[in-house]
Amino acid sequence: MRTWLRQHRQAIAAAFAKLAAQKSAALLNALVIGIALSLPAGGYAVLSSLRNVTQGASLEPQLSVFLRTEAKRAEADAVGARLKGDARVGEVRFVPREQALKELQATEGLAEVVAALNRNPLPDAFVVRPKIAHSADAATLDALAKDLRTLPGVAHVQVDSAWARRLGALAGTARLAIALLATLLAFGLVAITFNTIRLQILTQRAEIEISKLIGATDAFIRRPFFYLGALQGLSGGILALAILWGSLAALNVGVAELAASYGSGFRLPFLAPGDALAVVLFSAGLGWFGAYLSVSKYLLEIEPK
Amino acid sequence: MISFSAVVKRYPGGQEALQGVSFSIEPGEFAFIAGHSGAGKSTLLKLIPAIERPSAGAILVNGQNVGSLKRSALPYLRRNLGLVFQDQKLLYDRSVYDNVMLPLAFGELGAREAAGRARAALEKVGLLAREKANPIQLSGGEQQRLAIARAVVNRPSVLIADEPTANLDADSAAAVLEIFAAFNQVGVTVLVATHDEALIGRFAKRVLRLTRGKLAE
Repeated sequence: MRTWLRQHRQAIAAAFAKLAAQKSAALLNALVIGIALSLPAGGYAVLSSLRNVTQGASLEPQLSVFLRTEAKRAEADAVGARLKGDARVGEVRFVPREQALKELQATEGLAEVVAALNRNPLPDAFVVRPKIAHSADAATLDALAKDLRTLPGVAHVQVDSAWARRLGALAGTARLAIALLATLLAFGLVAITFNTIRLQILTQRAEIEISKLIGATDAFIRRPFFYLGALQGLSGGILALAILWGSLAALNVGVAELAASYGSGFRLPFLAPGDALAVVLFSAGLGWFGAYLSVSKYLLEIEPK
Repeated sequence: MISFSAVVKRYPGGQEALQGVSFSIEPGEFAFIAGHSGAGKSTLLKLIPAIERPSAGAILVNGQNVGSLKRSALPYLRRNLGLVFQDQKLLYDRSVYDNVMLPLAFGELGAREAAGRARAALEKVGLLAREKANPIQLSGGEQQRLAIARAVVNRPSVLIADEPTANLDADSAAAVLEIFAAFNQVGVTVLVATHDEALIGRFAKRVLRLTRGKLAE
């Protein structure tokens, strides 16, 4: 165990020494990896903020039934009773016009507008969730909406979930695109590490071959290259986070201005600590894998058949 | 200790470097493999540590059939063999001392013990005073002695040398062979390939003579 630990310690020291000996090449490699990784990481960060927005919206189909503004509460009660009696309707929630106004006032950027109004322009409304059997397709929902429009006192019926579904679908497509981009760039990272380690192997060819001849195991020979690949990936991962942080900081100047014009404090957030750690570990892992492929290939080449 | 039984080594293209070679070397023996250039001496020596694999026949080293050893077992076979190469295979980017330390890096010894071993090996070949020098600064004879020090630092039971005196003058060659004889005196089995008949004549040892891949004692 002590021998094993000593050999790992020596391998780590050798990997650091190689990086230090080729500072500019190591920095360029890390930069290439960093830029490559920052693209999917940035996309993920933007999507995460988009997800936060869409999570606030219901993706389940629902209908908003607005009554006429002059409708009396008795009419609203009658509509409510009809809705509850409809076999296609699962859930009904009454939103009185006073509550609707309060919710509007609480919306960012609209408080001043609402305060300037001399009367409540909002009608009473019902939020209707159809039963699952009637929410499966748009035609069924449209038929339900059409029927609800004929109820006395109803001014307008709106199918609410369409935009949220579209946004969700768009976010899903973007997530898939980012996953594909990340996969492609991961292959790129492995290829970069593979090539760097191959070049490193060529500079140490004599040492490797002599070590093999006099009794070094493959594991002993591989170890410093594994650490070198992992360190290269690790530094690339850290650079990717730095690039992402800098880019988001720059973007947020414009985003903050835009959001402020809507009375919002919205910013593009940096990755969560867990996600940032995952980027760094993923990058180090890919570096290790690239080194593994490169050294294994070389060791097989020099072994007699 | 080392046994060849009807060993054939055929290279791609059909050239047979060894043709049905059989012999055995007992523990503590000193033997020369003699023959002209191209006779198959180097090939024969490379088969012992499995640097090359036999095309047919069996090779036993310390009771292990080398031809059927798995790749993962080869390092442990090689650690028990001290190998001295014709071109020395020294590393010129590090000191004499670091060259001798190389086989100890993947061994079990602690740092202090390994350093002691390396210096003892250098002392045995008369190079302790040059431990900080770069191998490039050494003469041909000294470089060969350094290669011997690296070969013996793990205290192998068998020492195998391929043309260790090929590029040396007569005195240096004799000095190198005296070192092999000294290790043999303490029980190390020594197998030396050489084409230098005069040198073989100076040592009354067993001679295995190879001619075009065939053995005659």
